[in-house]
Amino acid sequence: MPRRRMIYVPFWATYVFLYTPIIVLVVMSFNAGKSPYVFEGVSLKWYGELAGDETIRNGLINTLIVAVGATVLSTVLGTLLAVGMARHSRSRLLDALGLLPAILPDIVLGIGLLVFYVTVKMTLGLHSVILAHTVFGMAYVAAVVRTRLNHADTSLEEASRDLGASPLTTFTRITLPTLAPGIAAGALLAFTLSIDEFVIAFFTSAPTEPTLPIVIYSMVRFGVTPEINALATILLAVSFTVVIVAQRMTRLTESLS
Amino acid sequence: MAGPSTGRPPRRSRALGSAAARLVFLGPGLGYLIVFLIVPLALVLSYTIFKRGRFGGVVYEATADNFGRLFDPLYLDIVISSVRTAALTTLIALLIGYPTAYVIALLPRRWKTIALIAIVMPFWTNFLIRVYAWIILLSGPGLVNNALTGIGLIDKPIQLLYNEGTIVTGLLYSYLPLMILPLYAAIERLDPQLREASANLGARPARTLLSVTLPLTVPGILTGCVFVFVPCLGNFVVPEILGGGRSIMAGNLIRDQFLKARDWPFGSTLALAVVAILIILLFLQAWVSRAYGGIEGRRA
Repeated sequence: MPRRRMIYVPFWATYVFLYTPIIVLVVMSFNAGKSPYVFEGVSLKWYGELAGDETIRNGLINTLIVAVGATVLSTVLGTLLAVGMARHSRSRLLDALGLLPAILPDIVLGIGLLVFYVTVKMTLGLHSVILAHTVFGMAYVAAVVRTRLNHADTSLEEASRDLGASPLTTFTRITLPTLAPGIAAGALLAFTLSIDEFVIAFFTSAPTEPTLPIVIYSMVRFGVTPEINALATILLAVSFTVVIVAQRMTRLTESLS
Repeated sequence: MAGPSTGRPPRRSRALGSAAARLVFLGPGLGYLIVFLIVPLALVLSYTIFKRGRFGGVVYEATADNFGRLFDPLYLDIVISSVRTAALTTLIALLIGYPTAYVIALLPRRWKTIALIAIVMPFWTNFLIRVYAWIILLSGPGLVNNALTGIGLIDKPIQLLYNEGTIVTGLLYSYLPLMILPLYAAIERLDPQLREASANLGARPARTLLSVTLPLTVPGILTGCVFVFVPCLGNFVVPEILGGGRSIMAGNLIRDQFLKARDWPFGSTLALAVVAILIILLFLQAWVSRAYGGIEGRRA
């Protein structure tokens, strides 16, 4: 059997590779010293610095505005599109179009939107980032909702129509409640992706209103500061919580249905 | 509004029946995608044949210069070297990712979920921070150098940052989950009886892996490779932060044409080249998957 064990080497190597940088960041965020490499004792100093950093706070506020705006738009447009694609269309071209924003390299979408905004003479700002993030947010919401639609029982919708309900009534009273968990999952996905998105925001934002990833980018470019470790740890904690909550929620809804 | 059901299955025709419903459901999303996706892409495409404006933008005079410049050794070398870096990253991702996905697929159900979440988890943390973490690890006084001197492998810290290896490491770290997930899906889907049959006929586990599992998961391998290769090619953050700005990739070139050189038509042409590579790869992948679909079909 020793030959069989060989395969566990790359398996464990993958996890060591994935988690070493993360653990180092978290540990170093509690460093009392200024050196990013030598641990000199436990302190919350860098978290204090972070809390007082106005650039980061503004970036965070901008990011939240963009994420909320893009999530609302993405959820409404993506849900409608998913229902339309699953129930009212058989076009494979449309299916491909719906997936395009997810496959397209982000830099291409970024420059495309920059060119578009300049051509229509739209000023850049948080609104232009919201509109840009909606493009891929909508695609992900539509994909998630559609998966749910494909597994959903259509007999309720048919019954509603047979009993004379208009398409709108059927949609709001039957389809929408059935889809609620899928819509929530899609919205969460759009929100998380928007918070994290850098490349498209980099091309479509105004220099005066950077989102948090853009602020992080300019900090990282100028070298190592322990403040980033603290920020990284907070962002990690938030992401991990969201993933675990989402996981629990899916399991809960699965066991309920 | 329901159309006549003759000839079509009744459920479908009723669902498709209402033109008003189609407009309400498909209209907004489709309209949005046309304005904010199709029109921008069409603009980028059209820019490739125009001359550059003095301060960015474009002068609407047709020219073929942009395509000519693609083959200027100055730019061609960068494109070729970034294809090489992306390919190297993809290959390493496959070599580490396949055994990992294989082990995960054979784990008991409970551990499988945990192992998969642990693969995806780093992916949900800020991309820039994930890249930045490697500066701390690889820099002169960093952890890796300390570990290497500690175990006596080297005498004094060596230069680990700012070369092609660092860029590959950063790209690998960023996109490895995109390789493992499709591989896992492909291996998981395989009928376990195939492996059992192979074992019963006397094949060692390694032999079963190479002669049964591996050939049957080629479509998954290709999906993973496309998922890793494409974002590597367009990435400009990793080469900038971990490459020290010295070795640049296609992504940096595109970014610089838009923000520094202000040559939007040439930037668009470079972007078109990246999309062209993507399209070729997707077609290749679809073609091979279809060829393999026959094998899987026969199995059932």
